[in-house]
Amino acid sequence: MKAILVTGRTLGQGLGLEMGKFSDIYYRNVATCEMNRVDMERLGVKEGELIRVSSGLGSAVLRVVKSFEEVPSGIIFVPYGPWINRIMRPETHGTGMPSFKGIEVEVEVEASRLSEIPKIDELLSRG
Amino acid sequence: METFTGVTCPFCGCLCDDIEVTVEKGNIVKVKNGCAYSLTKYLNCNRDRITTPLIRENDKQVVVELPAAIERAAKILSDAEYPVLYGWSSTSAEAIGLGIELAEEVGGAIDNTTSVCHGPTTEALQELGLPGCTLGQVKNRADLIIYWGSNPLQSHLRHMSRYTIGAEGRWRKSRDDRTLVVVDVRRTYTARVADYFIQVEPNRDYELITALRMALRHEEIEQERVAGVPVEDIEELADLMMSCEFGALFYGLGLTMSSGKNRNIDAAISLVRDLNRWTKFVMIPMRGHFNVNGANIVFLWHTGYPFAIDFSHGYPIYAPGATSAVDILSRGESDAALIISSDPAANFPRRAVENLFKNPLIVIDPHRTVTSMRADVVIPSAFVGIECEGTAYRMDGVPIKMRGIAEPPKGVLPDEEILKGILTEIRRLKRGG
Amino acid sequence: MELLITNAIVYDPANGIDGEKIDIAVKDGRIVETSELKDAKVLDASGLVAMPGGVDIHAHIAGPKVNKGRLLRPEDHLRMINRRREGLRPIVGYTIPTTFTTGYWYASMGYTTVMEPATPPLETRHTHEELNDTPIIDKACFPVVDSNWFVLEYLKEGDIQGCSAYLAWLLRSVKGYALKLVSPGSEEAWGWGEGLKGIDDPVPYFDITPREIIRGLHAVNKLLKLPSPIHIHCNDLGSPGNYRVTLDTMRCVEDLSERDRPSLHIVHIQFNAYAGSGWGDLSSGASELAKYMNSHSHVTADLGQVLFEDTTTMTADGPWQYVLHRLSGNKWVNHDVEAETGGGIVPYEYRRRNYVNAIQWSIGLEFALMVKDPWKLCLTTDHPNGGPFIEYPRIMTWLLSSKAREAALARINRRARRKSSLGSIDREYSLYELAIVTRAAPARILGLEGKGHLGIGADADVSLYKLNPYIMDLSKDYKRVREALRRAAYTIKGGEIVAIDGEALNTTYGKTYWVDVEVPEREEERVKRDLNEKFERYYSVKLENYPIEERDLRFPSPLHIRGEGI
Repeated sequence: MKAILVTGRTLGQGLGLEMGKFSDIYYRNVATCEMNRVDMERLGVKEGELIRVSSGLGSAVLRVVKSFEEVPSGIIFVPYGPWINRIMRPETHGTGMPSFKGIEVEVEVEASRLSEIPKIDELLSRG
Repeated sequence: METFTGVTCPFCGCLCDDIEVTVEKGNIVKVKNGCAYSLTKYLNCNRDRITTPLIRENDKQVVVELPAAIERAAKILSDAEYPVLYGWSSTSAEAIGLGIELAEEVGGAIDNTTSVCHGPTTEALQELGLPGCTLGQVKNRADLIIYWGSNPLQSHLRHMSRYTIGAEGRWRKSRDDRTLVVVDVRRTYTARVADYFIQVEPNRDYELITALRMALRHEEIEQERVAGVPVEDIEELADLMMSCEFGALFYGLGLTMSSGKNRNIDAAISLVRDLNRWTKFVMIPMRGHFNVNGANIVFLWHTGYPFAIDFSHGYPIYAPGATSAVDILSRGESDAALIISSDPAANFPRRAVENLFKNPLIVIDPHRTVTSMRADVVIPSAFVGIECEGTAYRMDGVPIKMRGIAEPPKGVLPDEEILKGILTEIRRLKRGG
Repeated sequence: MELLITNAIVYDPANGIDGEKIDIAVKDGRIVETSELKDAKVLDASGLVAMPGGVDIHAHIAGPKVNKGRLLRPEDHLRMINRRREGLRPIVGYTIPTTFTTGYWYASMGYTTVMEPATPPLETRHTHEELNDTPIIDKACFPVVDSNWFVLEYLKEGDIQGCSAYLAWLLRSVKGYALKLVSPGSEEAWGWGEGLKGIDDPVPYFDITPREIIRGLHAVNKLLKLPSPIHIHCNDLGSPGNYRVTLDTMRCVEDLSERDRPSLHIVHIQFNAYAGSGWGDLSSGASELAKYMNSHSHVTADLGQVLFEDTTTMTADGPWQYVLHRLSGNKWVNHDVEAETGGGIVPYEYRRRNYVNAIQWSIGLEFALMVKDPWKLCLTTDHPNGGPFIEYPRIMTWLLSSKAREAALARINRRARRKSSLGSIDREYSLYELAIVTRAAPARILGLEGKGHLGIGADADVSLYKLNPYIMDLSKDYKRVREALRRAAYTIKGGEIVAIDGEALNTTYGKTYWVDVEVPEREEERVKRDLNEKFERYYSVKLENYPIEERDLRFPSPLHIRGEGI
């Protein structure tokens, strides 16, 4: 499924920052993806299951959560953080700032239902 | 046990200065008035702390004394051809000033986190200016509040209660005296408490603002919807804006990070400028880190520019897109880095992070971070506004003195002292060599 | 540290010294008797003119609005660039230079004391942080108080005592030096997007007029025994016909003033000396204002001379900046400060061939040449509003040389030239008079006793220039004079040589003056009660976080005063 990716600040992400980047709360709050109910049904994925979000630069595995803030169909929302940033393009279009919002991505159900979202140190050591 | 009142919170650009903090034996035990972020920050400031300097040897970080860490950091920076010094938004104005002196001394590039948040705001401001004011003006006068691409109920938790719809001001006593409009791509928590919610399609803010400007001039919009918004709603919003007594537009990364970036802000500034022909209207960017505005302000009086500065020619060169940290790192131009109170490894695109890790890396931070895990030198620092004092600048430019109320871990110094140490050592190395 | 400056031709108007060859002895930062020196370094100043270090009474060099000017104008920073040299920071900027550049450049011209004349109290911590980073010069800042809610409310009640005690508290809290009024009352009106006309238009909701504000603050200033009079940027600044408002302003405190004692300082008077009914027939009101000042002793003024430059205008006068933005179409920053004041910034280019700009240029010089007593006048451009301070030497030569004026006059807009009376004025300032308007007069108006003169006990701030009035014809040789004034041969600050041949030598720092007025305890208690009751309703910060401590200033220099009659 094609979608528009928006990343942003969430309370859980912000609190997680203060609890430490290696804390469980950060991991639980940031390695997630908010989706619209209609999109979840179309994709055949339930809350808590894993999806893979891919851009031209790579892909990230994230856990689906129900959107409290009513993401419209066709848009997915992911908190700022190292999981999603790995698929962001570095181009800044002469501004110094990469595009962190409104990016076209491909979303699919993570094929291997057994796979785990890497913890932050694994994420980095995988390069 | 001692209770401090009127403490300024070092979390976000709101700089709420009414926090009450109780300290027992140098540790914070109780916090009043703070938001969830504030509480978490104060009560967990000793969690995941780095308490001793570290130096990487044979791929392992080992504990060293502070002078050894400072010496190593100074050596890395003075050996480098083009180091990049990044962060600066969660430290004091005094430390930021020293950072700029350091960048001049080593002929490197210095950038603050503005380049990945409100950089587009400053770029647009340089083209058009910006009609703004302090937050107290909004509290006292504003009868129309707009949050555009900003979700304060997730990001700046007390913004609404202290400065906008929940605040009691001279001419606006209660919620009923103000109208709240939210423009966002999602029905956010903030949108739910708004009187008007305008749902804009992603990346189409520019079109919506342009349509609003047309509606102000009573020009015909020959479409049923613009950016997903019915034209009647646009016209109603334009009418609301023109007929208020004092309007305030707060905007966030929803506008600066979306397609168009600085062009979106250009459009927003033009809109607010237009509105001043009919009424009083201001705009204030919602700044994130507690002293990111301070970083811009201090950079400006030292160099003339707010961020993304290159000193490789012996004077400041400002060219966002070329001299900004993400760009320098993505192109692999730098050969060393100093990161202070920031975690680019967690927040930058992958290619930039890979290049950051390729070269010698110094991190100054109170916490263990994703970046510090891979650093060659790690120097622990005290929290500004908790364990040491310093000036910070609120999102609207109001400067506030941050106080030191608790004790830092033994032997841990403020950023200011650490940077002074590095600067002195670099000057010694230069004269010696 | 001892220093003996020998053979200089000295101009020290405060002590009546007019071009005499006398030695200047310096010890521990002060001027002393020659006999006090034991082991002095001798500086042979043969062929050089010596004057007290320059004193700038009005230049926007630091603080929130200057810094927003820097932000607004990246293009300005490319006009003057110098790589860093050992001991110095890089030179950047022209009309809104960095703080370091500001300090070096003043020193390079022989100036050693500069006043930042408008700081919003709430943001004055920022102003002091910049002043702390402004090298070499001594400095101070003036809080803007005319639209301050506490002031408006005390004055509305006719409570001069309360207002005085409040302002003593404010000056101490923000470490300010003098009271500044900017288009009295109009920034409060601008909070609603409105302006005021003249001095009898009431401030919305506060029901008080600029006239009442001016008279009230004039009384407060006297009660507090502040070293300097109130500094006022008059209402209707920039509007054709506004010289009448300026006259009204001067007259409105006539009855309150003591004879022979200046009690009202009009800032950048050129911008408030316009006759005519619109831009098309703009003409000079300089002679009317000069006439009034020549026959009254309670008013002093600084010039606000315009230069033909692309510059950056900035003032707390928010409504005027909006007008200028609409007139010019140029970019515009506005910044209103809660319960206090406001401000705006607009880049603006004064063009020789533009009728209005040429008239403005002429008005400033006409006024400077028509005011008979130079002790009533200070040379300024309202930096950077009329042009950058680094161009002062051009104005100095226009005052010294009618030839320099003729050359400039020949290049301006024809219609303006025909209308200007400048060509018919043949007065030329002497170096003695120049030393008055650039040193002695501003120091006296500021009440800075150690500044602006070279008498025993004065601060050892001395500037030496490659000028020899006995050999050079100052009128004919104006280009050489200009160059000599631009690059002081030596600038001595507090007894140390800080610049040679127009180049600053090092990054040292001067003092920051502020006034600490003692008021009776009962008045202080009353103000505290008022502050506790109202402050948090008016402001978005806590009262306890508002004051700036003395240790936040790099080298604070308080002036302790007993406010009498409160």
